[in-house]
Amino acid sequence: MKNQSVSNNIDWIIVLLYMALVASGWMTIYSASLPNETTSIFDLDQIYGKQLLFILVSIPIILVVLTLDAKIYEKYALIFYTISIVLLAGLFIFGKTIKGQTNWYSFGGFGLQPSEFAKIATSLMVAKFLSDAQISLKNTNHQFITFGIILLPVALILMQPDAGSAMIFTALIIAIYREGLPGWYLWTGFLAIVLFIVSLLIKWQYVLLFAFIIMLAAFFMTRRSRRNPVLYIMIFIAISVFTYSTDFVYENVLEPHQKDRINVLFGKEVNNQAEGYNLNQSLIAIGSGGWTGKGYLEGTQTKGKFVPEQHTDYIFTTVGEEWGFIGGMTVIILFVTLLLRIIYIAEHQKSQFSRTYGYCVAAILFMHFFVNIAMLINLFPTIGVPLPFFSYGGSSLFAFTILLFIFIKLDANKVNEW
Amino acid sequence: MRKILLPSFIIVAALLILAKLYYIQILDDSWVKKSDNNAYKIKYEYPERGYIYDRNGALMVANQPSYDIMVTPIEMSKEIDTMEVCRLLNVTKEYYIDRVNKANTYSPRLPSVFLSQLNKKEFAAFQEKIRRFKGFDIVKRSLRDYQIHAASNVFGYIGQVGEATIKKNPYYKSGDLIGRQGVEQVYEDALRGIKGVKYIQKDRFNREIGPFKEGIYDTIAVQGKDITLTLDSELQQYGESLMFEKRGGIVAIEPKTGEILALVTAPTYDPALLVGRDRSDNYRMLESDTLGMPLYDRGLLAEYPPGSPFKILSGLIGMQEEVIDENSTFICNHGFSYGRGAFMKCHCPGGAIQLHNGIYKSCNTYFANTFKLTIDKYPKPESGVNAWSSHLKSFGLGDFLGYDLPPGRKGLIPNAQFYKRYYPNGGWRSSTIISNSIGQGEVLMTPIQLANMMAIVANEGYYYTPHIIKKIDGGKIDEKFTTKHYTTIDKQYFKPIIDGLHDVYNMGTASTLRVKDIEICGKTGTAENFAKINGVQTQLTDHSIFVAFAPKNDPKIAIAVFVENGYWGARWAGPIATLMIEKYLKGTVSRKDLEVRMLTKGLKHEYEKVISNAPFKINERYYAY
Repeated sequence: MKNQSVSNNIDWIIVLLYMALVASGWMTIYSASLPNETTSIFDLDQIYGKQLLFILVSIPIILVVLTLDAKIYEKYALIFYTISIVLLAGLFIFGKTIKGQTNWYSFGGFGLQPSEFAKIATSLMVAKFLSDAQISLKNTNHQFITFGIILLPVALILMQPDAGSAMIFTALIIAIYREGLPGWYLWTGFLAIVLFIVSLLIKWQYVLLFAFIIMLAAFFMTRRSRRNPVLYIMIFIAISVFTYSTDFVYENVLEPHQKDRINVLFGKEVNNQAEGYNLNQSLIAIGSGGWTGKGYLEGTQTKGKFVPEQHTDYIFTTVGEEWGFIGGMTVIILFVTLLLRIIYIAEHQKSQFSRTYGYCVAAILFMHFFVNIAMLINLFPTIGVPLPFFSYGGSSLFAFTILLFIFIKLDANKVNEW
Repeated sequence: MRKILLPSFIIVAALLILAKLYYIQILDDSWVKKSDNNAYKIKYEYPERGYIYDRNGALMVANQPSYDIMVTPIEMSKEIDTMEVCRLLNVTKEYYIDRVNKANTYSPRLPSVFLSQLNKKEFAAFQEKIRRFKGFDIVKRSLRDYQIHAASNVFGYIGQVGEATIKKNPYYKSGDLIGRQGVEQVYEDALRGIKGVKYIQKDRFNREIGPFKEGIYDTIAVQGKDITLTLDSELQQYGESLMFEKRGGIVAIEPKTGEILALVTAPTYDPALLVGRDRSDNYRMLESDTLGMPLYDRGLLAEYPPGSPFKILSGLIGMQEEVIDENSTFICNHGFSYGRGAFMKCHCPGGAIQLHNGIYKSCNTYFANTFKLTIDKYPKPESGVNAWSSHLKSFGLGDFLGYDLPPGRKGLIPNAQFYKRYYPNGGWRSSTIISNSIGQGEVLMTPIQLANMMAIVANEGYYYTPHIIKKIDGGKIDEKFTTKHYTTIDKQYFKPIIDGLHDVYNMGTASTLRVKDIEICGKTGTAENFAKINGVQTQLTDHSIFVAFAPKNDPKIAIAVFVENGYWGARWAGPIATLMIEKYLKGTVSRKDLEVRMLTKGLKHEYEKVISNAPFKINERYYAY
């Protein structure tokens, strides 16, 4: 079985899903960036021409990823991680600032976005750390080291500042949970999100009142022998502090545009010409698609370029407008199938490294997929993250390709392990 | 639990997204509308409205260009020099602010009218600098340009389309113009043409980026059709000038065709008043004249008691019902007694009256007797009145005539049902309703019905529905205007009536009005009328009425003239009818005495009586002309 050709072992289902997504992504970009005069599809002055180039460049990248020894990814995870941290830190010296954000290196005509690659390196690093036999997530120190691995790039990315990319890393919690992170971290996180949203919607005093009533009820419903008043008081204090600080953060820390985005999500006093413009146009484009859409290249909103950034973060609006509900559903099914397939394969890995890495891939792709589409249809505040394989952009396409194909390589190699 | 968490998240998230997509794409259709508003702009190309010609091919109504200044709030830049805009367009700053606010309320993205209907001179200065006023735009429209200052009641006018119409008819959009009243309304579809529609793709800056879908939805404007009216513009203008300071109406019809030659209402106004910027001010001014009511087309709308001309009908029906013949004689003792001291006075010389002199002397007694016999021929007054009424209905009375102008009024021809309601306790008989015999009582007719009646007499028993349209851009006119309508009166009975009418000019009540070389058949009328003054029913000076047709042997014009409160028929209505006939048939007028009097004298003093709040006399026999 040794030295068996890689092509026989790679999971063609994932590869086909990948190809389907990239191809439909390019078609959509073509529609969204088509100028009025006709030009060649290879025209490098055009967005779609560049994306086609990126796709072609992905092929050698894929071949390299698949050809390299699978062991390298595990062995040199720390080196990849260190390089990406250095690249992130280096941005503050060599990076290019666009619209107040410093998240690009610029080489001639093309840029490199290190935060995209940091996702791969961090995933590898987390997988590497957790797969060490010495490490147990039951151990508080080890928990903190794991968090540290994730939080270091997050901190650097937040400083760019790029809240969207930073947020993606929180998805890794789900992967760590799979590997044994105690459940209360998740529940606390979940509770924190709920409290955050609730206290944005209603006054923090009321939130505390409700919390108090619920906790009182919970306290008297537990068996007398198991009641622990100190614990309840501690939890209540924690909730109070958190709720109050949410309010404080919202009022004093969040940037005006971030506040706007939250207001837009909750439909508070929105001006559709200003902060609500993007979302409104996005909803118009998608909402006007109906069952089957207006037809490929026939989207009036797309043609009129009403939706800003339509070829990048808002690419799904073109799908919604031109292909309608059916088209949108198809894309969603493609993504869901891909994600579930990755998880399925991850579960069948013999090495913990491969499995953890697979989960990291699935979690990151899921986070991108959900946050991107949810923000377009007002299920989530507007946060700029690309739709994997769809959105225009070299860095993101290369990064997602590498992220995914490392996993394919790991999986293909599983028979060679032992 | 640990294994299923991520898959559950994925599936729940996917379902959430699908549910929301289903909601916005399938259930909520408001986005489609917003998308349409967003993505393209509709530009209309307004065709020029059709011209209107008179029967002789004279141009009466043409068009002139006019310019609307439009404003699109979202496109306005902050650097616009408001004061300069105000100065160039000669508006106040308050006006500017008000209009921009209103435009913003209507739609920030769509153009609204800022200032409408400027002429070329008014907007030239503004046009030069329009590039500096972003958000302002000029739309060219065409306005009516009247070549004659008459016939406003026939033409109608053009106004902005109302909301009710927009809802009913999807062709019209806010700001479109539509014909109101007159032929502008009736022939709106032909005159206006069809506007062209251009869909223009816009981008998010509202910039036009070319035709929408390569213009597959675009349509080309269809030019409005020119129409030719049956009106004789000379006669119409002459008629209006004869009605100098009088109230009433003139309707002239060509009997052989039913073509309306003139349709005069007085007082009237210059149609040019309802064009351009001052339109609404002028309209309000005309509307506020509640006594003269210049917007009220008396020719079609005023229901007057027809008075003596109605005797023609009483006579015809009497003959048809065979209760009289042309030799039947009644004795007139200066009146007609219809039982228990009830007496109808008669102004005729009296004596033995036959149909012939009954007509030219306008004997009340004769026709009261005829009417009574007609009704009493039947066993019950109900059936008598219904028989009488159905004869009248065949003359197009008591109902809409069906002409191609605003429908006007029905007039009133009572029948048995009417009298059952009128006299709920019953007991009415022929003598109770005897006043109808001489066109008083309950009968009401509009001037056009009266003119049509004369056309029927001229035709000896039939009529074509009166109409104003002669040609629509060469095409045929509605068949209903070329269909003969026969009355229930046999042809033979018209002869004696016509002879009587002829002698009205020779020996009768219009003998002073004779015109050389024209054989006119006419009938004077004087109708009592009442008005409420300060809540009191008060009798006013009688209406002066005259009906005629000419020439006797080959009738070319049938005419009815009403002059409100003009006293007897030969005083005002008779001369006007005679002058109109002469003018139409000869082109010039020989009765200069009559003409000067009609053109320069009016009835202001009569109309002022009603509002003077002072006691006044009516039916003054003499007064200084």
